[in-house]
Amino acid sequence: MSEDIKLAARGISKSFGVVKAVRSVDLELRAGEVTAIMGENGAGKSTLLKILTGDYLPDEGVLELAGTEVHFTDPRQSRVAGLRVIAQEPEILQHVSVAENIYIGALSREGLLFNKRSTYARARADLSRFGFDKVIRPETLGSDLSPAQRQVVEIMRALVDEPTVICFDEPTSSLGDEESAILFALIRRLRDEGIAIGYVSHRMAEIFQLADRITVLRDGASVGTKLTSETNHDELVRMMVGRDLSQFFHREPVAPGEVVLELSGVTNEHVTDIDLSVRAGEVVGIAGLVGAGRSELMKTIVGDLRVSSGQISVEGVPQTFRAPADAVRAGIGFAPEERKAEALVLQRSVRDNISLARLKSLSRWIFIDSSKERALASTYIDRLRIRTPSPEQLVGKLSGGNQQKVVLARWLATSPKLLVLDEPTRGVDVGAKAEIYAIIDELAHAGVAVLVVSSELPEVLGLADRICVMAGGRIVGQMNRAEATEESILALAMDEKANA
Amino acid sequence: MTQQTERSTPVPTSTNLTAIDDAKATPLRRLLHAVGVQNISLLMAIGVLLIIVGTQNPLFFTVGNLRVIGTAIAISGLLAVVQTMVIIMGALDISVGSIAGLTSVTSAMLFTSFGPALGVAGAVAIGVLCGLVNGCIIVFGRVNPVIATLATLAAYKGVAQLVSDGRAQGYTGADGFFVFLARGTIIGVPTLIWVLVLVAVLAHVLLRYTSIGRNIYAVGGNDIASRLAGISINRYIIGIYMLTGGVAAIAGILITARTGSGQPVSGSEGLELEAITAAALGGAALKGGKGTIAGTILAVILLGILTNGMTLLGVNSFWQNVAKGALLVLAVVIQQLRSGERRIGLPG
Repeated sequence: MSEDIKLAARGISKSFGVVKAVRSVDLELRAGEVTAIMGENGAGKSTLLKILTGDYLPDEGVLELAGTEVHFTDPRQSRVAGLRVIAQEPEILQHVSVAENIYIGALSREGLLFNKRSTYARARADLSRFGFDKVIRPETLGSDLSPAQRQVVEIMRALVDEPTVICFDEPTSSLGDEESAILFALIRRLRDEGIAIGYVSHRMAEIFQLADRITVLRDGASVGTKLTSETNHDELVRMMVGRDLSQFFHREPVAPGEVVLELSGVTNEHVTDIDLSVRAGEVVGIAGLVGAGRSELMKTIVGDLRVSSGQISVEGVPQTFRAPADAVRAGIGFAPEERKAEALVLQRSVRDNISLARLKSLSRWIFIDSSKERALASTYIDRLRIRTPSPEQLVGKLSGGNQQKVVLARWLATSPKLLVLDEPTRGVDVGAKAEIYAIIDELAHAGVAVLVVSSELPEVLGLADRICVMAGGRIVGQMNRAEATEESILALAMDEKANA
Repeated sequence: MTQQTERSTPVPTSTNLTAIDDAKATPLRRLLHAVGVQNISLLMAIGVLLIIVGTQNPLFFTVGNLRVIGTAIAISGLLAVVQTMVIIMGALDISVGSIAGLTSVTSAMLFTSFGPALGVAGAVAIGVLCGLVNGCIIVFGRVNPVIATLATLAAYKGVAQLVSDGRAQGYTGADGFFVFLARGTIIGVPTLIWVLVLVAVLAHVLLRYTSIGRNIYAVGGNDIASRLAGISINRYIIGIYMLTGGVAAIAGILITARTGSGQPVSGSEGLELEAITAAALGGAALKGGKGTIAGTILAVILLGILTNGMTLLGVNSFWQNVAKGALLVLAVVIQQLRSGERRIGLPG
């Protein structure tokens, strides 16, 4: 069997200061197999991947590629040796085309001149070879790409080098179901061609679809490796978190109150003729494929995008939001999809980030009452169980789940009437996910209206009292929780897409 | 949340971290942390300079010379303080020198016609107006702050030359108020230094203890997040540029007071560079979101002592410029190496 092992890591350890990020981890990736690497955020998955590529040097341990010991000190060396990692948030050049982004560093040239036409032709051929030609066009500019398409570019970059080992770092966290399905088909094809695949993910369902073998990390150490056929969901969760989470995710619907948010015929350049209402104590889920206009609708509701026709009302009062500040004043809180880029001030403290949206009410005239502010921060750190050494910790140093809780804390602190959550559990580990669900449930019980966008259908089904399905910038169907299934939602979302 | 609490298990890493941090927090460490590494290195640099210059030239430590240093740094110090606020907000204002020149000459001209009170008030109003124009170009014209203020740097200088016909204007050397500004003292300390101290303390309080200051850091750190959190970022941008214009006008009035007449160009040219140098040296990150008034003031003092020391030691003024430039490069290089960012591409 050992000749099948393309990549073997043995006893890898790495510390950052006092934090042991990875402790004597073993990992084997076999040719023609998909090995999933699972673990909560902070379990050491990303650090391990960075050690594999040579981004970090391990303190201890041996790395073998196809049986020979290797020491990478630079990501370029691992790339040349045939090892590629697909980044979760790939670096895409904004102002050049997809084709140039793919072959960056190895463009088609005639002499010293860059040959645009042959680069495009090559890109078109390669994209269709891997079944991506329907998802992305070689001429599209980097700045116009959706997160899913950016991922595709990154995968294409890797394939150009014809690697023997490819690792994916949570590739589906920004993909809709359709793109995920295409990606899985591609990964299976790569596997069948004999490439050893490492696959880091939080999503249990896709791991069971995809992986042959599952390695679980916890707190930086390997807990064990299982064959997919010999394990199940509950066992893996127990391995990852060391506790039983099987009962998480039960939401008892609350008797809804008055209508808090009402949209009638709302239209702008991104969404068309949206009718939607959310009542106090109600959780409304927005489902749909990537690019269906879900995030744009949320941004329209919170005043970030202008309404060109139609009316938004809050508690029956018609509103014209000229900027998000107006929506905040009207009692709307918004946790955007891109947590780091759009929600957090990373180089400021947890306390600063929590108080950001309600500084005025913490101040006398313009002076911040710092004892009030500190009390507010500790209240929410305790209440949402934000794991931070202190309120003064920089937000950028927290894990994804805790960062998301900081964003939630910011809005809970404003006592909103309506909370708009765009992918609230994206990139968040299983434990924190359950906690975020509990927070949403608690909010609904407290009479807050909640609007949740999610690409994870089980999440929408578990959380929402009512589900709106979007496609092509429109709401194409609404259903109650009782009648909704993953299949019925997906059918609506995809069917409409075909008609559009 | 109650049902949630029962299932909770504390995450070991975070609690361990707290424990270790507490164990290490000796009084000395806490003091070091409070002052900040950046400020400590500035203090050490000042110390080294004092020792070198002081041992080489006995005149250095005289009260008279310290006053010379103090009055020399007052004007560029004012501009450095407001520049720090602009930089924290993630922008830059390179027109401050030109605004100081314009307000210097207009303050003297208004003084000649209407007296000192209107001279000062008119100059400040003109400075604020210049800042308003800067802010509006940036916010409503969607122009990059560097380009916008590069343009107004030239334009305001031109306006100053137009209104003054390119010559020094007015004579304020006989007016009690202007003389008090230039050469007066309050409890033995020159008025110029008091003005700087006052402005610096106000700026420090604004940044540190008010919601306005907090929002300036937030806008500089992440403008999209700030907007979505309900901050009217356009109002902040325009407001800070107006404030900068106003403080630049105070600097212009001080130039008039020191030279005894309004100077369209000669007293203020190059001040914007000194201000940016001091802010960067003091630890303000040009990306925004980071910086302190204390750091900037230390940097202003360091630069003042360096200039004065080199003059006392008879260093040619051309070499002085080279030394200042080298110091800035050195400071920024150290800052970048400490920041631990990945060393790829164009640094931010």
